[in-house]
Amino acid sequence: MQSNTEPMPRHTPSPAPLTRGQPPACKINEPTALAVDDLYVSYGAISALRGISLNVPAGAIVTLIGGNGAGKTTTLQTLSGLVRAKSGRIHFLGEDITALAPHEIVARGLCHVPEGRMVFPQLTVDENLSMGAYLRKNAAAVAQTRDTVFTLFPRLKERLRQSAGTLSGGEQQMLAIGRALMSAPKFLMLDEPSLGIAPRLISTIFEKIVEINRSQGVAILLVEQNAKLALEISTHAYVLETGHIAMQGPSPTLRNDAQLKAAYLGG
Amino acid sequence: MEPVQQLINGLSLGAIYALIALGYTMVYGVLRFINFAHADVFMLGAFIGYYTAPLVPAETVWGGLAVLAAAMLGCAVVGMLIERLAYRPLRGAPTLNVLITAIGVSLLLEYSGQVFFGATPRTFPELFPAQRFTLGSLVISSNQVLVIGVTLALVAALQWIIHRTRIGTAMRAVAQNPRAALLMGINTNRVIAFTFGLGSALAGAGGILYALNYPSIDPLMGVAPGLKAFTAAILGGIGNIPGAALGGLLLGIVETLVAGSALSTYKDAIAFTILLIILFFRPAGLLGKRTTEKV
Repeated sequence: MQSNTEPMPRHTPSPAPLTRGQPPACKINEPTALAVDDLYVSYGAISALRGISLNVPAGAIVTLIGGNGAGKTTTLQTLSGLVRAKSGRIHFLGEDITALAPHEIVARGLCHVPEGRMVFPQLTVDENLSMGAYLRKNAAAVAQTRDTVFTLFPRLKERLRQSAGTLSGGEQQMLAIGRALMSAPKFLMLDEPSLGIAPRLISTIFEKIVEINRSQGVAILLVEQNAKLALEISTHAYVLETGHIAMQGPSPTLRNDAQLKAAYLGG
Repeated sequence: MEPVQQLINGLSLGAIYALIALGYTMVYGVLRFINFAHADVFMLGAFIGYYTAPLVPAETVWGGLAVLAAAMLGCAVVGMLIERLAYRPLRGAPTLNVLITAIGVSLLLEYSGQVFFGATPRTFPELFPAQRFTLGSLVISSNQVLVIGVTLALVAALQWIIHRTRIGTAMRAVAQNPRAALLMGINTNRVIAFTFGLGSALAGAGGILYALNYPSIDPLMGVAPGLKAFTAAILGGIGNIPGAALGGLLLGIVETLVAGSALSTYKDAIAFTILLIILFFRPAGLLGKRTTEKV
């Protein structure tokens, strides 16, 4: 149950079915929320990203898939300001955010749920959530967001006084997403939300991701190793291979792509 | 009654170690390095007291508190300046570089202290109305009561800040995962500066309280108490705030008890041997948890 999510059981139909087959109708000329243009990143002499360009329309779910070391996490870390780009530009809601500090990027509504969840283990669930709302001053609005988070993840409300480190992997992922929602984001970047989570919880988490996108209109950039699942809930997908985009297109198309199937979807 | 007397003396000495140890442990918590200049901030606290004392009515409670506040404020500013000028440019550099810089800052403060204040010890003035209380054969000075009282108040205030305020929770968040803290929108540089300010203010209070009980101050006065407070922080479990307070008290009591015995010449040797034995059985310190570093 620890980390072996590799042999994914077929995504069983859930009570509230996802976008199986039929992705939400994506309007043409949807305004762009996030535009990444020719991004280069290197760690010392090693180049991690070599000219990444991608677009996420407002209100959409877009996924970034690819193998280990392809640069998925680096891409998200660069977008959230943790890693500096060597060249290239990042525009969020029309504003150039390439050179902004992480806290300035969060303040603009672009929020990153990191790989491995990174909850604060010795803070309580409650304190973790309050850290998510760190930049918000309006207490009433924050309380309202908390209620929304509890509606989405009732489990968090039950565990409010517990240290985050004592939660199960799935609960920590709920907390990590809930904590990000506390900042009232316009855009969420999720890095491997299915990693290290009990298989039966994975579909719950993915349903919640879709729900966040639908009911709150939050655009989502989803990084996933579980390409099958990611392609099911997204409208558009980019395939990353050793630092560059190898393939891109509407998710339903990619789902049927023979080459991609062989490489990422297990045949 | 003799052991009780020693216990009280030890508590008041240990309280000062505790105040200094808190600064070491808090900075370690957020930055994972030992700020060796911390002991010299403690020294500066005593000198700020020395120079501000003539400005307030002598031996009055309000005058004394005003001097204490001035030392805490002054040291907070100095601590934040040190962080801004010496340590922030090294953010992301290997810990060893930061440690060496800390030793450099420590020497800089000590020897500029000798330039500006002179190397000759000065006599620290009496700030508060001094009294001696006798209870049978027990003799307790008002300054000892003051040390214990002020330390308790400051530690309580610190606990409140760390556990009940937004910036305090952010301090703990930064200590537990600096990257995740950045992703919450926490300006970690500001939190780190605040941590230095808070720790340095406690060291400044420690400087005043120490000088009241050992009223001879000089620019190198921080070295020995600083080393002991550092040890106390390790003893309590470095990075652990209640641990630092406990370690300080324990060290002060052990040291005073040994000093009051026939073995007084060896007080430091014996105190440190006891520490080594404790650390042998609890390598992570009394309240420290053995954690594996996660990647």
